[in-house]
Amino acid sequence: MILIHCPYCDEKRPEIEFVNAGQAHISRPLDPSSQTDEEWEAYLFIRANPRGRHHERWRHVYGCGRFFNAVRDTVTDKFETTYKAGEPRR
Amino acid sequence: MTGFRLETGGRVDRGQTVQFSFDGKSYQGLAGDTLASALLANGVMLFGRSFKYHRPRGVMAAGSEEPNALISVDRGPGRFTPNLRATGVEIYPGLKAVSQNRWPSLKTDFGAINDRLGMFFPAGFYNKTFMWPRSFWDKVYEPAIRKMAGLGDAPTAEDPDHYAATYAHCDLLIVGAGPAGIDAALGYMDTNKRIILVDEQDELGGGALADPALWPWLERSHKALIDAPNVTILTRTTAFGYYHDNFIGVVQRLTDHLPELGDAPREKLLRIRAGEVVLAQGAIERPLVFDGNDTPGVMLSSAARIFANRYGVAVGKAVVLMASHDSGWHDVFALAKAGVGIAAIIDVRERVDSALMHEAERLGIAVHLNHSVMGVTGRHSVRAVQICNNDDYLGRRIDCDAVLMAGGWTPSVHLWSHSKGSLKWRDDLGAYVPDLPNENVVCVGGCSGDWDFGTGAIIDMLPTPKDQSRIKAFVDFQNDVTAKDIKLAVREGFRSIEHIKRYTTNGMATDQGKTSNLNGLQIASSALNKPVADIGLTSFRPPYTPQTFGALAGHAKGALFQPTRTTNIDSWAQAHGAVFELVAQWRRARYFPQSGEDMHAAVNRECVAVRSSVGIFDASTLGKIEVVGPDAAEFLNRMYTNPWKALEPGRCRYGLLLKEDGFITDDGVSARLAPDRFHLTTTTGGAARVLNMMEDYLQTEWPDLDVWLTSTTEQYAVIALQGPNARKLLEPLVEGIDLSAEAFPHMAIREGIICGIPTRLFRVSFTGELGFEINVPTAYGLALWQRLMAQGAQFDITPYGTEAMHVLRAEKGFIIVGQDTDGTVTPFDAGLDWAVGKKKPDFVGKRSMARPDIVAPGRKQLVGLLTDDPNVVLEEGAQIVADPKQPVPMTMIGHVTSSYWSEALGRSIALALVAGGHEMTGDTLHIPMPGKTHTAKVSGLVFYDPEGARLHV
Repeated sequence: MILIHCPYCDEKRPEIEFVNAGQAHISRPLDPSSQTDEEWEAYLFIRANPRGRHHERWRHVYGCGRFFNAVRDTVTDKFETTYKAGEPRR
Repeated sequence: MTGFRLETGGRVDRGQTVQFSFDGKSYQGLAGDTLASALLANGVMLFGRSFKYHRPRGVMAAGSEEPNALISVDRGPGRFTPNLRATGVEIYPGLKAVSQNRWPSLKTDFGAINDRLGMFFPAGFYNKTFMWPRSFWDKVYEPAIRKMAGLGDAPTAEDPDHYAATYAHCDLLIVGAGPAGIDAALGYMDTNKRIILVDEQDELGGGALADPALWPWLERSHKALIDAPNVTILTRTTAFGYYHDNFIGVVQRLTDHLPELGDAPREKLLRIRAGEVVLAQGAIERPLVFDGNDTPGVMLSSAARIFANRYGVAVGKAVVLMASHDSGWHDVFALAKAGVGIAAIIDVRERVDSALMHEAERLGIAVHLNHSVMGVTGRHSVRAVQICNNDDYLGRRIDCDAVLMAGGWTPSVHLWSHSKGSLKWRDDLGAYVPDLPNENVVCVGGCSGDWDFGTGAIIDMLPTPKDQSRIKAFVDFQNDVTAKDIKLAVREGFRSIEHIKRYTTNGMATDQGKTSNLNGLQIASSALNKPVADIGLTSFRPPYTPQTFGALAGHAKGALFQPTRTTNIDSWAQAHGAVFELVAQWRRARYFPQSGEDMHAAVNRECVAVRSSVGIFDASTLGKIEVVGPDAAEFLNRMYTNPWKALEPGRCRYGLLLKEDGFITDDGVSARLAPDRFHLTTTTGGAARVLNMMEDYLQTEWPDLDVWLTSTTEQYAVIALQGPNARKLLEPLVEGIDLSAEAFPHMAIREGIICGIPTRLFRVSFTGELGFEINVPTAYGLALWQRLMAQGAQFDITPYGTEAMHVLRAEKGFIIVGQDTDGTVTPFDAGLDWAVGKKKPDFVGKRSMARPDIVAPGRKQLVGLLTDDPNVVLEEGAQIVADPKQPVPMTMIGHVTSSYWSEALGRSIALALVAGGHEMTGDTLHIPMPGKTHTAKVSGLVFYDPEGARLHV
């Protein structure tokens, strides 16, 4: 069981306290109504599936409850870093 | 020497005899014996039958790598454990062990015919033979194969034992308490590290237990470790899996070795998080591959030494060593010293260390260098071996009753590999050893390739003059894989060791190839004419040795399998005979049968009571979220489809929640208590999901909004009073709230006091009747319920369950999210477009409602269905077709989502999702069900009181 560093609690905690929340750094368009079908499809459905470094959102759901971002290697399952929501992509 | 027990020596307690049985026959062993050592001491060589060929098998090893001597232990109903290694079963008075995979008896086994037919069972045999005809597989081939080829019987009764589970933390975990592991523990003992030392055997020592010269050191070390307050020693404990971030799964066996079972758990699962791990798993000796190497009495040389020095048992009276490695010579010298008769030493090498030769000469042991065993005489036990010169194949016979194999050593890199540490091939050892770690871990001692056993020749199999296609030289003893099978796989074109493994099943038995992997690799390497390092190695996966399901399940069985949530009123329902159902882990009363009533009768009675007088319902499981803050209304306006900003305090609104893809995910009635405070309700099953979704948007999309979300599901007990007499019942109990229709209309909320308890009183209805939902602090739920029951007696107040609730809501066409919707239903599909704020610029899911697929015609839409025969209640989930005469497979245009008998209407009603359903009102559709195809007409969704006259009173 992986240990994940929560950037809000600033502690490494077991992964059972967390849930994955999908790919990170996908912002909801400010005005969805102005989106073309193609743009909206890309926002809704199109996701990266990298072999290696992956930017993901996680939620410390059974801890502080905060959503945060992480870089995880999809091959080794190792977390490279975690950082607070709103901070620039690493 | 009595039988095969040596006069002296061993760590067994010679003053304490132990009576046990094997296959119904009684034997005597000594305290400290394993089943293997005790049976060997009694001269028993035959322990079991092999997996595929049913060949007689004895003990090959002395530890957990044993592939052959699998037995079952019977401790009574539910306590039958198959496939235990006899080398790991400690005997106790009354132990009842039985052999496996034989019929009618171990000595006379009809399945042994497979051995004679061996030429018909090559590698890939199952894949090749039983493919045709396909229909024979389930009924003929598989049952027959399962009966013939197999391991022990699975237990049939429920396991009466209980199992413990815990987490443990330490700075240093040491796996294996042989000399290397003990040295590591001693080395760190004086630091302030918290140390856990685990070993699978019943006492510390590992290989040192077979070396009496080390016993004084062992005793001193053991005492020092026991006295160290920072060291925890766990014996009979197997580290079975190494997971991410130094998380190690460990099972401690607590009662299997005890004659009497007390109340203690049978096993304990420890999930250990270690700062640092030291792996000291040791190494496993490698068998040699030659014809007849599986005959009972042929075993690892190191095992014979363990049996002699640890258990005081001679594995034979005239023992032959077949070696390719120096270590076997040392074993034989130790055996000779312990009083075991040695017939000869045979070594495949032309030359060995002169010190070994001198010692053999001194002990008077005949030595045959550059020779190999080419055959074994004896079926149930060894009687002799034929040996031959490797150059001219000239042979001779040597009478003996045991053959020891010394084929070199394989480091136990299992846990290292679990941890994804890399391996490197060492030609000098003929083995893979740990290379680069992937965790904070080091390997020490034998498992790192560091040993002082001497040197040896690395060979694939012993030279033989025999026709290689006609001999049975085993590589994987447990899965009956021979050298011939691996060569055949290569001939048939398999190149990758992973494919060869699966095709031949080499290394795929319960021992995971502990004794076979490296021999298999060597043979494949020779056949492919490629170095072993180029072929790779198959992966090791947990568990290291088989573990019980009980240990892995731990407490999570029966009532503790998953938590059951109960409301404050649950005990009343229990006491009043409710039939319960589980809804999202909540235990909910489904109906309250009175004497003689079935579900149908009870539900009808409950429904009639609600429609004619008043019913009472425990709605405490509804999800509740308190939404507070200056931007609360703006937040809800963005989340829900409906407009929320204009909702006045004191009023309620039905809220419909979509996901961003435009499909319905939840619904519920919510109330505005104050300009900055809302009381939301969600479906019972959706509470956690909705809160998570709202938190997601609030934290990551709209962090500028000043809103706080708090789950209050378990803070309120909710009692629904529904029916024309609800107000009359409530009026005398409520203070500070005017219940009149004018002052307190439908879809309103008031705060006040009921029976002295503060309440949030909703006037809402999920039944179509005049109704109230009374929210009180959870602890008062039962008291209020009882008071309402007493006060309601004058109106024949009737408790009703979820089943009646479902019928009543369906009569009104109210949907249940997740039953009438399935994650692909839009508000329009569900006939809920009235709940969508068309003028709102944005809300979650709005943009998707204009997606091409969602505006396309022919979507499945929710409609009512009225069967032509009013007495027919359709099955929920039944498929719907337009034309019943079309050929099979028919085009299915939808399915029934809800279906009930409506006592109020005197007929059945149903809801269904049907493609283009909104355009079909009045059309006849067909519902094929077992026995008959029913017809039904498409109707609107509201079956009862369509004007809502009963609500607004």
